[in-house]
Amino acid sequence: MSAATPSQTVGPFFSHALPWPDGPYVVPAGTQGAVWLRGTVLDGAGEPVPDALLETWQADPAGRFDHPDDPRGGTAGGFRGFGRCPTDADGRWAILTLKPGQVPAPDGRRQAPHVALSVFARGLLDRLVTRVYFADEPDANAADPVLAALPAPARATLLAQPTSDGYRFDVRLQGEQETTFFDI
Amino acid sequence: MTEPSLQARGGLAVRGYRREDEGSRPPYLYPDYRATRLRAPRQPLTLLPHTLTEVTGPLLGEGRVGELDHDLTRQHQGEPLGERIIVAGQVLDGDGRPVPHTLLEVWQANAAGRYAHHADQHPAPLDPNFTGVGRCLTDAEGRYRFVTIRPGAYPWKNHQNAWRPAHIHFSLFGRAFVQRLITQMYFPGDPLFDHDPIFHSVRDPAARRRMVAGFDLGETVPEWALGYRFDIVLRGRDATPTEEAP
Repeated sequence: MSAATPSQTVGPFFSHALPWPDGPYVVPAGTQGAVWLRGTVLDGAGEPVPDALLETWQADPAGRFDHPDDPRGGTAGGFRGFGRCPTDADGRWAILTLKPGQVPAPDGRRQAPHVALSVFARGLLDRLVTRVYFADEPDANAADPVLAALPAPARATLLAQPTSDGYRFDVRLQGEQETTFFDI
Repeated sequence: MTEPSLQARGGLAVRGYRREDEGSRPPYLYPDYRATRLRAPRQPLTLLPHTLTEVTGPLLGEGRVGELDHDLTRQHQGEPLGERIIVAGQVLDGDGRPVPHTLLEVWQANAAGRYAHHADQHPAPLDPNFTGVGRCLTDAEGRYRFVTIRPGAYPWKNHQNAWRPAHIHFSLFGRAFVQRLITQMYFPGDPLFDHDPIFHSVRDPAARRRMVAGFDLGETVPEWALGYRFDIVLRGRDATPTEEAP
């Protein structure tokens, strides 16, 4: 066994290197059923974070991953499942995607629809990882093993709220209503 | 590489990934690095047992890498100024297995210590022949190779007379969401190590050494460029599948 290479901060100077023009488009514009997942990243003073990078990973609407380790076969229509978006000057980010389906849990239960989210930024020596769940899935959320293990206030920080064109999910790095982050 | 025991009791038992010890994981709050103070979460992280979401991940590459992306000295009309170097190595997982066909992204300052980035205000010259951005895929044995310019040190205002040691940023995906890694490669013997809180945020000296490339005469091309070797280790897998609920 060898020990892993440690993480270091992405720093402030990545925006000419990491973002791709199609990064925010998990699905192409105009895709039927596509939703915008939008939010703002805020720091401990409530100020927007203008130099963060967000990455998403998720299942397709049938709950399948575009990956050979998903033993149930591939995704429909080559769904990529990955999004990448830097925040703008006001700390805002957005990705266009399809709402994921339910994903099996190891114990036979089903996980509520969710999107895995990484946050990279200057001042973050390692990425922060959270999960975006959907507030309009109350039954699935109530049965989700990860959500069920959290106290109600922590759970609430993980629920994206419906908007006119999709969902809103703000990331609060520190302080009041701090987003629940996971040790993965 | 599908795991044999994925179907269990109607659920999907997955083989998770080992967690690294604390000494090799930099903390979120590290006050000597000032920008952590308002960005580090105050609540402890919640342990997330790995599910299919965490053990899968984007397998990017095809169509993401251009012909000259691995050679940062050939992306413009002329050659950039500075010391030409080769950076090569192998991407492995924690069990010593190569990670083939995985995307690496790198970015760095130029030889004068300035990034081709609008927010970099260091009064050092930009180089019209150097953007400092590269990409490549590892080969079937997990090997990669970049040609670039040795980056300069630069000041960063974190504290009085603060200078970052020369470094190249690396971004890797591996084959699972949990293997995602962004790190920095440093150069051996840099006198700025002792003064750099970002480098020292990794508390274990042995872990810090894993971020420092080695000079490599074998990678060095006579009459042309010095070679450095930087192997990168992503997380390895647990021995047994997890079937417990969180």
